[in-house]
Amino acid sequence: MTVVSTNESSTEVAGLRRSPLAGRRDELAAAGVEGLRGVRLGEEPFLSQVNLRVLPASPAAAGVEQALGTILPREPNRVTGDEHDAALWLGPDEWLVVAPDGRADGIVEAARTAMADSPGSVVDVSANRTTLRLAGPTSREVLEKVCSLDLHPRAFRSGQCAQTLVGRAQVVLWQVGTEPAYRLMVRGSFADYLADLLLDAMAEFTHR
Amino acid sequence: MLQIRCPWCGDREETEFRYGGQAHVDYPRDPAALDDRAWGEYLFVRDNPKGEFAERWVHTAGCRRWFTTVRDTATNQMRAELPSARKPVM
Ligand SMILES: [Zn+2]
Repeated sequence: MTVVSTNESSTEVAGLRRSPLAGRRDELAAAGVEGLRGVRLGEEPFLSQVNLRVLPASPAAAGVEQALGTILPREPNRVTGDEHDAALWLGPDEWLVVAPDGRADGIVEAARTAMADSPGSVVDVSANRTTLRLAGPTSREVLEKVCSLDLHPRAFRSGQCAQTLVGRAQVVLWQVGTEPAYRLMVRGSFADYLADLLLDAMAEFTHR
Repeated sequence: MLQIRCPWCGDREETEFRYGGQAHVDYPRDPAALDDRAWGEYLFVRDNPKGEFAERWVHTAGCRRWFTTVRDTATNQMRAELPSARKPVM
């Protein structure tokens, strides 16, 4: 698969972008509370996301790892790297490379060069999902109301991810910190729903 | 609600999965050679046992991989398919 992207006008376009929850930034920020029972919600818009498919035992996989400087986790639902530079396991031959805004073109080019003619694909899917960040001492309790996974640290820790349902929305759930802090990567059209769902689940802790 | 074990992700709720019917229904080697009755059998007729049944499931809301599992149709108890019963999957 070949995806052609034009870079010439990318800076002008960047100024015109509008993330799915841009209009609710203040509302989300105001809903958070600090303290021992605190929880905060916000959008992390425009993360670079590159979907990578390559046979895990192939020289191509090793080449991609070298080119990106990231190990592709072979264990299901694991993340290597940190929240600024990560590879998430999505399937036995599929990963999501996540980096800050503006890095997708570079990642695509590096991975594609490393793959050369080997079977697989490298696709910029940054526009597919936006990211909600749920953090704070009670964020796990909030998430447990709307997600059936066992999120206790014995079963789900920082550096783990899962594709699952939160409410009725499909998300890539990723624990990024021990506070705890989570990233919920969700399709743009589900972002409002997910924000509403999480705000409702937070109300018990945030109503003053 | 059933808990279904994805071979990759582990136990997840039934709502994350979709059902794919009986496992090991092979595409006919020479479809053009089949008469209507045999073609109809291949397309529509499936086993319906009371007891263990090898089935295809897909982890739709998770890793999106297909797998085969053995479910007891009377109790809904599920177990992994024995390696000896497996067929190579493309
Ligand atoms: Zn799975």
